[in-house]
Amino acid sequence: MARYDSLLEACGGTPLVGLPRLSPTVPDGAPPVRLWAKLEDRNPTGSIKDRAALHMVRAAEAAGRLRPGDTILEPTSGNTGISLAMVAKLRGYRVVCVMPENVSTERVQLLRMYGAEIIFSPAAGGSNQAVATAKQIAVEHPDWVMLYQYGNEANARAHYETTGPELLHDLPTITHFVAGLGTTGTLMGTGRYLREKVDGIQVVAAEPRYGELVYGLRNIDEGYVPELYDAGVLSRRFSVGTRDAVLRTRQLVEVEGIFAGFSTGAILHAALAVAHEAVRDGRRADVAFVVADGGWKYLSTGAYGGTLADAEDALEGQLWA
Amino acid sequence: MAIEVRIPTILRSYTGGAKVVEGTGDTLTDLLADLDSRHAGLKARLVTDAGALHRFVNVYVNDEDVRFLGALDAKLNDGDSVTILPAVAGGAPTR
Repeated sequence: MARYDSLLEACGGTPLVGLPRLSPTVPDGAPPVRLWAKLEDRNPTGSIKDRAALHMVRAAEAAGRLRPGDTILEPTSGNTGISLAMVAKLRGYRVVCVMPENVSTERVQLLRMYGAEIIFSPAAGGSNQAVATAKQIAVEHPDWVMLYQYGNEANARAHYETTGPELLHDLPTITHFVAGLGTTGTLMGTGRYLREKVDGIQVVAAEPRYGELVYGLRNIDEGYVPELYDAGVLSRRFSVGTRDAVLRTRQLVEVEGIFAGFSTGAILHAALAVAHEAVRDGRRADVAFVVADGGWKYLSTGAYGGTLADAEDALEGQLWA
Repeated sequence: MAIEVRIPTILRSYTGGAKVVEGTGDTLTDLLADLDSRHAGLKARLVTDAGALHRFVNVYVNDEDVRFLGALDAKLNDGDSVTILPAVAGGAPTR
């Protein structure tokens, strides 16, 4: 197989695998509709965030913003923090993550193992609060470098330069790209690239819809839209509830053998929706979607077993994507 | 049959605490006007003075974001399910 000079060089270049059993059946003589999974869990720390973390650090180094021994500050719920901590370890930086206090023990253990320090923000405020807290800390520590994944164009550019070209190379007949909407970096970067190269490409966002406890304390006037977000890049945007995300996550491992996290279940739900529409309309479709990470970090939720209702209860009040 | 509308906790003060209310309308604009006739003040929390959806409000028809379906002009049908949610930052952990 391939050989790399360091773990950082092994970022990206992930496999795109067909899903012959989950792809919808089309009537005889109708054009094929196929689903393809981009296995981003095959990155160095096991998630798509390695691409963004590596590009953001390299861009900051190139701009002279980041020098050996510097401290990187980042609001992150987990995957980006884990990716940044790995990159920082190999490049000689200290990392401080700001995350909601109700995080999984897996995440805290992984972050600390990679050497990151953690500042907890109140659970009730979720990610919005973590972003606000990090911005406040940045003011108090002007010498710390906040890469700020929600507004850092290198996050989107990572996908414009790597994820997009990889997809087009492996699937020149791509008609739909489906990914999760968080920082929006994956969709903005990959979406822009594919729009430039593929006529009629559909760029589809799957946004997690959490249990209502998560939204309970949000004031609409204090909402948050990532600075990177440009609605013009998207064709459609689906909101996927906890039950559908869990159902699809289980289906993916049961039918195709791919063990993924719940955000991937939400993405698959949207991918299946557009695939079935293509079947109904008698159109050819090659739908590529992102497997954002593996399921390992979420096993402690218990949501992989038991009834769907139990799983929904287990994830109620949690930010599962 | 009417259109089912899911109200986020923060706006239930306008619906007497109801989590789900029903309304009618051929478009989202019509639906919001209909809801506002029974739940006064609700519409003003969702639509700006300039007549656009508030930036931090997301409205979904059958789980799809209305901003990609014509926004306030989005067509509605009996039996549709409309969900209103505040915008939140993405990516976060499980307990």
